[in-house]
Amino acid sequence: MQLKGRKIYKGKAEGEAIVTKQSISFYGGVDPSTGTIVERGHELEGKSITGKILVFPTGKGSTVGSYVLYQMSKNGKGPKGLVLKECEAIVAVGCIIGEIPCIDHIDIEKLTTGRHLILDANKSALEFK
Amino acid sequence: MQLTSEEKKMADGEYGYATQKAMEILVTLGDIYGAERMIPVSSVQVAGVSYANLEEAGLEWLAEMAKDGKVRVLTTLNPAGMDLEEWKRLGISEDFARNQQRVIDAFSRMGIITTCTCTPYLVGNVPHFGEHIAWSESSAICYANSVLGARTNREGGPSALGAALTGRTPEYGFHLDNKRQPQVKAQVQAKLDGTYQFGALGKVLGEKLGEKISYITGIPSASVEELKSLCASYATYGGVALFHIEGITPDRVSQIPVETVTITDEDIKAAINALNQETSIDFVSIGCPHATLAELEYIANKLKGKQVKKEVWITTARPTKQMADRMGFTKMIEGAGAKIAADTCCVVAPIKGRFVGLATDSAKGCYYGSGKNRFKVKLMSIDECIEEAIR
Repeated sequence: MQLKGRKIYKGKAEGEAIVTKQSISFYGGVDPSTGTIVERGHELEGKSITGKILVFPTGKGSTVGSYVLYQMSKNGKGPKGLVLKECEAIVAVGCIIGEIPCIDHIDIEKLTTGRHLILDANKSALEFK
Repeated sequence: MQLTSEEKKMADGEYGYATQKAMEILVTLGDIYGAERMIPVSSVQVAGVSYANLEEAGLEWLAEMAKDGKVRVLTTLNPAGMDLEEWKRLGISEDFARNQQRVIDAFSRMGIITTCTCTPYLVGNVPHFGEHIAWSESSAICYANSVLGARTNREGGPSALGAALTGRTPEYGFHLDNKRQPQVKAQVQAKLDGTYQFGALGKVLGEKLGEKISYITGIPSASVEELKSLCASYATYGGVALFHIEGITPDRVSQIPVETVTITDEDIKAAINALNQETSIDFVSIGCPHATLAELEYIANKLKGKQVKKEVWITTARPTKQMADRMGFTKMIEGAGAKIAADTCCVVAPIKGRFVGLATDSAKGCYYGSGKNRFKVKLMSIDECIEEAIR
């Protein structure tokens, strides 16, 4: 199955999905040295996003979050790609400076954790079986 | 987005890596928010300066940008994590100071004026009515839009830097006439006096109305100090970038909203009570946003001949401190054992967990004091802060 969205940042990525229905604050909500979600009470608390394709509705919180995405990416702890329902400025800027492939306008309800995803941001497309 | 030939050159890398990256950020944001073109900006304020927030990753990115990036318009800088000159007496470690200086050097290489203040409008970066600018620092954004009548979206550090390096910003949101109109009327019946009460009003409005643009009535007059306190708090608790105050905000309003909320003395009292925690106080901080000359003079006269018994930081911009030095205010304040700290503030300095209880006149300071820095907090007037300091 293929879903079409909107390109936020170019590139391709393939890997396992990690999906949440809750928004994510990268500043304070994710530990950039381990790639683990640390926000108290978040449904992904304690889970690692490293090397995965992270699927979430939108970003929130401080604009410093952009640097956290960059930092994770530089340290090799970042997600391989991002898929969102609606991307806002913090995540968009994080993807640009961290060079993480990213698309939005995807119906993320159709996706579940563990599924194998092929993200082609250049074509604004997401494929899965 | 439609780019001019000059903007296309920037995007294609003809002006180097940093300008290209900057344009990439701006075009992406423009696409996300439906901008049709770029517009020139004449002033930029860049936030994300404290090494405590940036850490190595942020610094690395800035250093990368500083290799060939040069600002094209007047660009000033937000507070750092320390007083750049007298950091030692604030208890800042050598390590932190070295790293903070590397951040400042990177900004400086790009031609950014390292003002290190959240109140650029007090130190020479003062846009006028209708001017298009690109600012980060939520309190200053609010002040620029709502008090000065300039036009800026809520930029983050990287997008503000992008605007500085290109002299452009995508045209959307608060740059457009029809996105600046008020959506709800806020009738203030409370009698407000002093920075802490205006801060409490910001909290009430922010929590009641969120990001809706309000049209505030019932405030016949307000000082610069009260307005900057209101802006800081309203932006902190509501995420707003713009509000209208009848008689103060220069923007023309085409229609006063019908939907009305009323703010009473009880609302203000409740907001202050909600902030105040049961605690002893060992830290007093005034100057969030940075203290004005008038505030320094007032505090100096209050502290003259007294002795403080707690750690007291009066935070301000460097040029303001220099004028206070000349006028003898610094001597009066520091003679009483309090410290004037320039370039920094109690929100961005690396002081998490260092104190038990913070007393401040800033509702924004309370938010970050209790959240980020893990203090217990109390909101009070400047007079009460000083009484608390010498008690």
